[in-house]
Amino acid sequence: MVVLLVYAAIFVVSMLVWGRIKRHRDRHDFTSLKTVTFGDESAIIPDRVASVISVVSVFLIWGAFTGSRIVPLHVPGPFIGEAGFSYTARDASGAEAQAPVRILVHAIGAKPAPPVVPEGTGFAKGDAAIVAAWRSVLIRPADNDGPGAQIVAIDGKPIAVDQKIAVSGGAVTLTAKGSLNFQAARGMQMEPIWLPSPEAVVARLIEIANNGFQNTSLWGHLGASLARVLAGFVLGSAVGIPLGYAMGLSGWFRGWFDPIVEFMRPVPPLALIPLVIIWFGIWETGKVVLLFLAALWIMVIAARSGVSGVKLSKIHAAYSLGASRAQIMRHVIIPNSLPDLFTGARVAMGVCWGTVVAAELVAAQKGAGMMIIAASKFQLTDIVVMGIILIGIIGYGIDIAMRMAERRLVPWKGRG
Amino acid sequence: MSGLIIDNISMRFDLANGKAVQALQNVSLDLKQGELLAVLGPSGCGKTTLLNILAGFLAPTEGQVRLGGKRVTGPGPERGMVFQQGALFEWMNVRHNIDFGPRMKGMARAERDRITDHLLETVGLHDFGEKAVYELSGGMQQRVALARCLANDPDVILMDEPLGALDALTREKMQGLVLKLWKETAKTVVLITHSVEEALLLGERLVVMAPRPGRIFREYRLPFAERGVNMDLRAVKRSEGFAQTREEILEMIWGMEEEIMGKRESA
Repeated sequence: MVVLLVYAAIFVVSMLVWGRIKRHRDRHDFTSLKTVTFGDESAIIPDRVASVISVVSVFLIWGAFTGSRIVPLHVPGPFIGEAGFSYTARDASGAEAQAPVRILVHAIGAKPAPPVVPEGTGFAKGDAAIVAAWRSVLIRPADNDGPGAQIVAIDGKPIAVDQKIAVSGGAVTLTAKGSLNFQAARGMQMEPIWLPSPEAVVARLIEIANNGFQNTSLWGHLGASLARVLAGFVLGSAVGIPLGYAMGLSGWFRGWFDPIVEFMRPVPPLALIPLVIIWFGIWETGKVVLLFLAALWIMVIAARSGVSGVKLSKIHAAYSLGASRAQIMRHVIIPNSLPDLFTGARVAMGVCWGTVVAAELVAAQKGAGMMIIAASKFQLTDIVVMGIILIGIIGYGIDIAMRMAERRLVPWKGRG
Repeated sequence: MSGLIIDNISMRFDLANGKAVQALQNVSLDLKQGELLAVLGPSGCGKTTLLNILAGFLAPTEGQVRLGGKRVTGPGPERGMVFQQGALFEWMNVRHNIDFGPRMKGMARAERDRITDHLLETVGLHDFGEKAVYELSGGMQQRVALARCLANDPDVILMDEPLGALDALTREKMQGLVLKLWKETAKTVVLITHSVEEALLLGERLVVMAPRPGRIFREYRLPFAERGVNMDLRAVKRSEGFAQTREEILEMIWGMEEEIMGKRESA
């Protein structure tokens, strides 16, 4: 909730500030506007300054809520240091005595010596405990205060069972058995096991890039995933494109395969994982078959629409220029379908990349998905976060590469 | 050297609802080599159907088309086609669009380039050979379409409203170009248009068609195309007889339109 509010605040403030700066910098009259019509979609181009601020603020918020060293401002962290409170005990005779409890709250992973046990008054004896930040500890201060001693107050405030009282460095709750549960103050930062700081993720990335993860190098993991995607995509295209062409050119093919394609198309590839595992096992064959199926229907439909999308006047023109059927296929129908094929290929690569990660979550020896599922079993959240970021970057990279290839190879797209 | 003979053709389309439409009924025409025929008529009179039959894309239900004594049974390179728009191959540059026909025939590279260079010059696009067709304006694209058709050296050029999508000024320039090419190449040309003025300017012979069923309503032999070869087109429009003929034809076509509207209202 706080995070969302902070993010919204950064959004609004940076928009206003940048708007103010831009207004002073740019020419501002009617001729400088591309359009004067509000709601003209073509006039909306992404403001790259907004993109930069958006990404930077994600990292700032991430750092601020994880106590990162690279971010100057932090939200309050967990309490670390010496906490304590005093309690009032009442013995069987009804007499009351007070004693202090000293608790050392230490950073996670540190192993400090327990603090000195403080003196008490009367029959109540002092107690000491240690606890890691964010954690709680059960203390039995009345155990050493003689028979029948019971805690009745904390820091002079009366306490009942299950009641929580704030003390310095945390809060205590009285349990039904008469002991105290001390919860060290958590602050607002995330525990590393929930969300590690950015530098912890980077450090883990460097470590895994150097040493690998579970006997495979980082590039081995990512390369395995990419190789599966490529194999599945190439096979899917090799079968799907000719099939799509046949469906675009022959009514028999169209009729024969239409029900199959239209039935398989809406089935998400993930739903096929169990069956593919049963049929082809959990190793490479199964994964490539799954990705082949993920790419196949997309490429069939792309090729089919590429062929049916050719303008009749182009075919007629080619015929009346003396081209044969084979020449029309090669020089008119195939080039005309390329933009549609590229669109299909972009979609197919995206779907395949998502599917391979999911398939590796189920079973794999290496791969990006296997890396994060294995790490999550050991609560290595930094590896999980690192894996997610790498998967995102690679998916984005694939799409950018496909778009660049499209601009180079089919520059006429959308301009026919 | 051969004439185009349209021998009593009729075309009926059977509709899905069991009815049939008589798109053409008993159309006959005899075109000599080098004649320019303009076909004019209100929409739905079957002029595009007629052109598709001449091109060989449609087979008439009755009658036949003969070119140089040979019956037309399908599309062929001896009958070139120029479409209204969108029929260029945008994955090829201007040069490869123009030499498409010779290339498909397997003509040698040098010969092809010679033809293409000459045609680029003729249609006024000598610097545009390596440009992509989608970079050209609408008028330039139609010049490419004309050149592509001529590169194949057809006996007959069939034009389906080739200038219909152009703005008025470009259109006038292109009309001049069509006349020039017709005179220089001495090809037989069949031009479909819905512009009365264009039909008068370009049509050495003019056929006005009437709808329901599509048929030839009136035939003219006109002097304006011949005049336009040596004269500015605007001067042709001002010349003797032009305005009068235009009014006469316009009245005829308006009469047909009103008849159609009347039929619709009573039905």
